[in-house]
Amino acid sequence: MFLPHLALRSLANRLLTTLLTVLSIALSVGLLVGVENVRTGMRESFSNTVSGTDLIVGSRGGTIQIMLYSVFGMGSPVANISHETWRKYDEHPAVAWTIPYALGDSHRGFRVIGTNGSFYEHYRYRGGQPITLIEGRTAHGVFDLVLGAEVAARLNYELGDRIAVTHGMSAVGFMNHDDMPFEVVGILDRTFTPVDRAIYVTLEGISAIHLGWESGAPPMPGQEVLAEDVLAMDEVPVSQITSFFLGAESRALTLQLQREISTHEEEPLTAVIPGVALSEMWRGIGYAEDGLRVISGFVVLVGILGMLVSIYTSLEARRREMAILRALGAGPKKIVSLLVLEAGLLSSVGALLGVGLVYAGIIGLQPWLEGRFGLLIPIQPPDGVQLAYVGAVVVLGLAAGLVPAAKAYRTALHDGLSLRI
Amino acid sequence: MTDGDACVLAHDLTFSYPGGDPVLDLPELSIGTGERVFLYGPSGCGKTTLLSLVAGVLQPPPGTLQVLGHDVGALSSPARDRLRAAHIGYVFQMFNLIPYLDVRDNIALPVRITAARRNRLSGSLHQAVAETAAHLGIEDLLNEKVTRLSVGQQQRVAAARALLGDPELIIADEPTSALDQDRRRGFLELLFQNVQDAGSTLLFVSHDLTLSDLFDRSLSLAELNRAGA
Repeated sequence: MFLPHLALRSLANRLLTTLLTVLSIALSVGLLVGVENVRTGMRESFSNTVSGTDLIVGSRGGTIQIMLYSVFGMGSPVANISHETWRKYDEHPAVAWTIPYALGDSHRGFRVIGTNGSFYEHYRYRGGQPITLIEGRTAHGVFDLVLGAEVAARLNYELGDRIAVTHGMSAVGFMNHDDMPFEVVGILDRTFTPVDRAIYVTLEGISAIHLGWESGAPPMPGQEVLAEDVLAMDEVPVSQITSFFLGAESRALTLQLQREISTHEEEPLTAVIPGVALSEMWRGIGYAEDGLRVISGFVVLVGILGMLVSIYTSLEARRREMAILRALGAGPKKIVSLLVLEAGLLSSVGALLGVGLVYAGIIGLQPWLEGRFGLLIPIQPPDGVQLAYVGAVVVLGLAAGLVPAAKAYRTALHDGLSLRI
Repeated sequence: MTDGDACVLAHDLTFSYPGGDPVLDLPELSIGTGERVFLYGPSGCGKTTLLSLVAGVLQPPPGTLQVLGHDVGALSSPARDRLRAAHIGYVFQMFNLIPYLDVRDNIALPVRITAARRNRLSGSLHQAVAETAAHLGIEDLLNEKVTRLSVGQQQRVAAARALLGDPELIIADEPTSALDQDRRRGFLELLFQNVQDAGSTLLFVSHDLTLSDLFDRSLSLAELNRAGA
């Protein structure tokens, strides 16, 4: 009853030290809780790189590999999928839609993806957000080309620019298909996913740049297929794609479809459930956050140590105060309680302030973080882990208070009522 | 050691700090109830040690010191704290006050810290503080910060705190040494008045012999203490 009053007044009397101590604990707790929130946000953002897709189908290969080349634009497939196989599943009664991807070409280091209108219609990311065009229209002509937001920003392209596509993935292709001029017809809005770092053309466009390359080598001089030849064709034949995204008629059909595709007889296929694959991948790359968590744990320890030092050093100046309290009948235990209570007050106020700072920060910075980094940190009440952190900091603070309290206890017993100035 | 009238009774009282030589060796000391005793001696003659023993902050050997009928050496540390809280008022030389509490809270401290002194108050704490303050002429200062008071005012606040609830024994450890000559007399007269009204015993320690004529009895600790020689 009275001790809290005394502790509060004593802390208020050393206002600057108290504020600095509380602030250092608040910042360290804020770092710990902030790291936890950013972790959650990163995991959420990562797991939602692609959403709404039930299966991603590629030629027989590893789950991660298919995810890497289809969703993250990294690495390349070992084999392709025939056009007929894709068509078969596109028309499958259990399948609502598919998005074909034809990979393997690039423009100045950015991937060129051959796809169709389905991409603009059905591709979803982060909680079901659709792909939107910020300028122009979707690609449907053979030489139409749509830029991802980052490609447009980096290369400074505008609608109407004509560009060439490179065969293979090197930044400076030595075999430029520069006889096939593509035209920028649209630019996508930013998604903060790998979608931003790719260029989109039609499946026919990809096929067109490979006309005459059927042997795998450049066409003999005089046998090149020119742009006007392609435009004169009624239909550019598409013979293969790399992978396709698939939306099932109902979620319940997904596993059945996955089994059916995996046992497809005509060619070896692998169907990946993206959500499962993404969380599997996160487990692999989430170690960095564990490191961050350990570091912020140590920062909290440093904050608590700072408090310990500040209380400990104040004791010398407070010997007189302790002797007065002793003379008035306070036992050594009361002196200990007073100091532990002060430590408890400092650490709990610090911890609460730290959590408050984090939430104020999330609320204030959320739009900016999402707009700048595509990192959506959810605003939700502190979960069990965070409350456990706060509890641990308070307990740690009380324990730290025992160190100066023990010194005060010894001093109180030894000094008696002699007052050393 | 069965003197019923004695407030403080020491017999062959010795004390040494851990690992040190004896600082106190007192064959005999008796202070009667209601007596005003002046204990003088140069610094280092064991004054503060004796007061700490009487107040029960330090523990004497059992059977050597009786305070208010209790064998202080036989009491546990919490029991000695309770004895001090309930029955003894203590005034230091200077800097008696907790700097971050106001005058009112400083006077009320002994009651606030332990329940022991609370039972001695007849009315409410607020009322008791106001009355005691009025007796010492500091009723106008109750809401002041103690850091704004003069040394003389501070000592009166300390006296008010010691007197609150009329404890049986008031121990004063050179409470006037920081005051000038005129104020010393004034402070002592005020203290005596209040001690007398309360019927308390006063054990007053000083090295200033000019004050001794105001007391019932003067004792030289240097002469009494065999360890001090």
